[in-house]
Amino acid sequence: MIDSREQSALRTFLDVAKANMRNYSMFLVLALIMIGFAVLTNGVNLHPRNFTYIFIQNSYILILAVGMVLVIIVGNIDLSVGSLTAFTGAMAAIFFNRMGLGFAATVALTLFVGLLVGVYQGYFIAFVKIPAFIVTLAGMMLFRGLTYIVTRVTPITPRTDIFKNTASGTLDVLYIMRMAPNNRGVMVEQAFHLLPLILGALIVVLMVVFGMRDRRNKIKNDFHVLPVGYFIAKQVFMAAILMYLSYKFALYRGLPNVFIILGITVVIFTFITNNTVFGRYIYAVGGNARSAKLSGINSERVIFFVHVIMGMLCGLSGIVFTGYMNSALPDAGKDFELEAIAACFIGGASTTGGVGTIIGAMMGGLVMGVINNGMSLMSIGANWQYVVKASVLLLAVWYDIYTRKKSGLG
Amino acid sequence: MNDQYILEVKNLTKDFPGVRALDDVNFSVRRGEIHCLCGENGAGKSTLMNVISGVHPYGSYEGQVFFHGKEAHYKSVKDSEKDNLAIIHQELALSPYLSIYENIFLGHIKPKFGVINWSELIVASKQYLDKVGLHEDPDTVVSKMGVGKQQLVEIARALSKKVELLILDEPTSSLNDAESEKLLQLILELKKEGITCIMISHKLNEVLEIADSITVLRDGKTIKSFDTNAAKVSEAELIQHMVGRDMTHRFPEKKHQISDEVILEVEDWTVFHPEYPDLAVVKGASFRLRKGEILAFCGPMGAGRTELMMSLFGRSYGSRCSGTVKIDGKEHIFHTPKNAISAGLGYVSEDRKGLGLILIQDVKTNISNSSLDKLSVYGVVNKHEEIMAAEKYRKSLGIKTPSIDQMVKNLSGGNQQKVVLSRCLLAGPSIFIVDEPTRGIDVGAKYEIYCILNDLVASGKSVIMISSEMPEAIGMADRIYVMNEGRIKGEISREEASQEKIMTMALQKTQEK
Repeated sequence: MIDSREQSALRTFLDVAKANMRNYSMFLVLALIMIGFAVLTNGVNLHPRNFTYIFIQNSYILILAVGMVLVIIVGNIDLSVGSLTAFTGAMAAIFFNRMGLGFAATVALTLFVGLLVGVYQGYFIAFVKIPAFIVTLAGMMLFRGLTYIVTRVTPITPRTDIFKNTASGTLDVLYIMRMAPNNRGVMVEQAFHLLPLILGALIVVLMVVFGMRDRRNKIKNDFHVLPVGYFIAKQVFMAAILMYLSYKFALYRGLPNVFIILGITVVIFTFITNNTVFGRYIYAVGGNARSAKLSGINSERVIFFVHVIMGMLCGLSGIVFTGYMNSALPDAGKDFELEAIAACFIGGASTTGGVGTIIGAMMGGLVMGVINNGMSLMSIGANWQYVVKASVLLLAVWYDIYTRKKSGLG
Repeated sequence: MNDQYILEVKNLTKDFPGVRALDDVNFSVRRGEIHCLCGENGAGKSTLMNVISGVHPYGSYEGQVFFHGKEAHYKSVKDSEKDNLAIIHQELALSPYLSIYENIFLGHIKPKFGVINWSELIVASKQYLDKVGLHEDPDTVVSKMGVGKQQLVEIARALSKKVELLILDEPTSSLNDAESEKLLQLILELKKEGITCIMISHKLNEVLEIADSITVLRDGKTIKSFDTNAAKVSEAELIQHMVGRDMTHRFPEKKHQISDEVILEVEDWTVFHPEYPDLAVVKGASFRLRKGEILAFCGPMGAGRTELMMSLFGRSYGSRCSGTVKIDGKEHIFHTPKNAISAGLGYVSEDRKGLGLILIQDVKTNISNSSLDKLSVYGVVNKHEEIMAAEKYRKSLGIKTPSIDQMVKNLSGGNQQKVVLSRCLLAGPSIFIVDEPTRGIDVGAKYEIYCILNDLVASGKSVIMISSEMPEAIGMADRIYVMNEGRIKGEISREEASQEKIMTMALQKTQEK
């Protein structure tokens, strides 16, 4: 009896290790890739300025990936997000320029357009039960066409810089000036931003406090908890990442605006997927739609709302991309759907549904972003970037399938 | 090796995760005989045949299989087919939208220079169709024919492969009497041509009619082999060996009181097939369930029991249904399972993996999935309460798992079933519909499930149990409804229930009303 108990304790331990390995392996892979490029580029890719730009350059894909991972968890796919990003981006410019709306109204209205498109696609997917692949393939063509129509195939540049600042600017407050070496090693006066550090530290403190409270609560009720070593390692690991990031932002121009937008989006949807009934339903429907239905879950409604969310996030991405380019381009958003989908799969989402996390998709998106960026710094063209990204996607999914089989999960 | 045996199985053991399906099985088939395999559901008959035919590849089991005196190392069905061994599964494996002759030659067409000579194949198919006595145009699409004829196509297909050993897994389970008789005659015909045949069957009269040898399996073990030519075997003798255990100890003692209060009343319930909207699968079923009662629904496969219950449970089955459902005397119309759950119904599916569980999720999530509304405030799940609820059922139902964070995929069948029951219990229904609650579960876990059901009725709930195992229905139920061909054929009380009575009632001709 004692034997089997020890055995099961050991097995639990290994299970925990395995499950956590899977969760954190993406962080490690990302770190390795960054270190690899740091060696290849003499540390240029870790430079605060470049670090900030990695986020700015990938924000619109990462926003799309937040929605895409929900779509993939529920067992569908959305091919229309690239065209829809172009369409909503164009609509934003039109609301702002031609209709002369204020920025806040423009944002609200653009998000609403995205939502309406989500309602339209979600209706056909969830209730009419046309496969998502078909509905969104049609959407891909439809919204490209509509983008051409509304822009009259000409770029529209927003009448003020507010779009541009939203996408490429930083929160330039609360800093001190100090002397530091610049790129060429000359001492110049530079800003050191306190806000990112303060916010980073605050988040770390909150994380530790909540983590410990939850853990104490569980122990008090005799629930199963992770070994204390895991707990501390996890907290230290997360704190280190957050503080490193804050420090990098502090050294350049402070928190990028899009990082704040993305951060809020990620926090909201991570909360939804982990803590709400709706989030649970997304996983249940994706894991086994028929079982979910018999469990009393209205799976049609869940699928519908997932596509509505996707539409709305396309609206957000459209605004950001128009700002990033400082222009609504008729051909904007080409291949965005593929990048977002790849981000999800690299980040551990399952092609059969039911598995995936927002954080994973973010990591997947950043892996690709960091590779793009590193290769650009090395002056390697887009042609080879595609080749490398293709290999990463295939390797990541192969590794995922392999580990899943090994741990008896696949 | 003894030359008189075409097939010998020695010390065969086969494990599935959590269940030992075959336990040290020994089994020999003489050349040219008809060998029947009998046993209850879950005794391991199909598993044994799957090992022999390579469905479970060499290496996935312990022990040896000898074919023609040589040890077989089949990695797939394809390898066993090369040795002239053919298996016809319970669920037919024909390609539904292809024609008869295409199905006959599918998988072993020998093209000339990569080109198939179809007209030659049509001609060739005729001789096999004649042999099995199927007088149909070889061009007919198989999905347009009845199951009986499809079965014949399967046999013709096996014959076209020059079969020496033919394995039939419950070939007559979905055939009517005339079709069954015809099939049995065909098997006797084939025997004359020197083809050895292994047949799995639940119909003991058929077994006794054609078998040269009979082997009884029970709980994955070979219990006894009979040579019917040496000594006469009776049905009673077979049943005794099949059942084996003392009936009184297989089911827990019942202590509960049944009240006279009728909690569920179903009147004239008719359900139509989801794909063929004109085909009635359940025809005018009416029944009543009292508070604190266990009701069993018996009948052969395809009797319409599952379809009846699933359609009651928020139209989870069927295209249309009609009739009335009253709970506590109040009429209800359920459009979705959600409606049914909120009205106090709970359904545990027979298809645990396909419809019951979400295999890639953990124990806790599977338990809470039906009750998240209760475990949440403003749509935010109270994870603390969720864990408490899951722990409560892990303890009270005795779910054996390292933790509630374990993926249900890694649990044994019995424990998986307890997870589904937990989910159902947590939703707090007053009427439980359990569909084959002990299918594919080992004996110990079965007993535990029976105890859970008894506890439920003791606490004033009511249970409807669909069971294909008649001893189970007789041992557990207060009343039994017998169904066949979509109709409720009759009702038997606990006191007068017997297997013979249930079978007779199921097979009797429907009286015109």
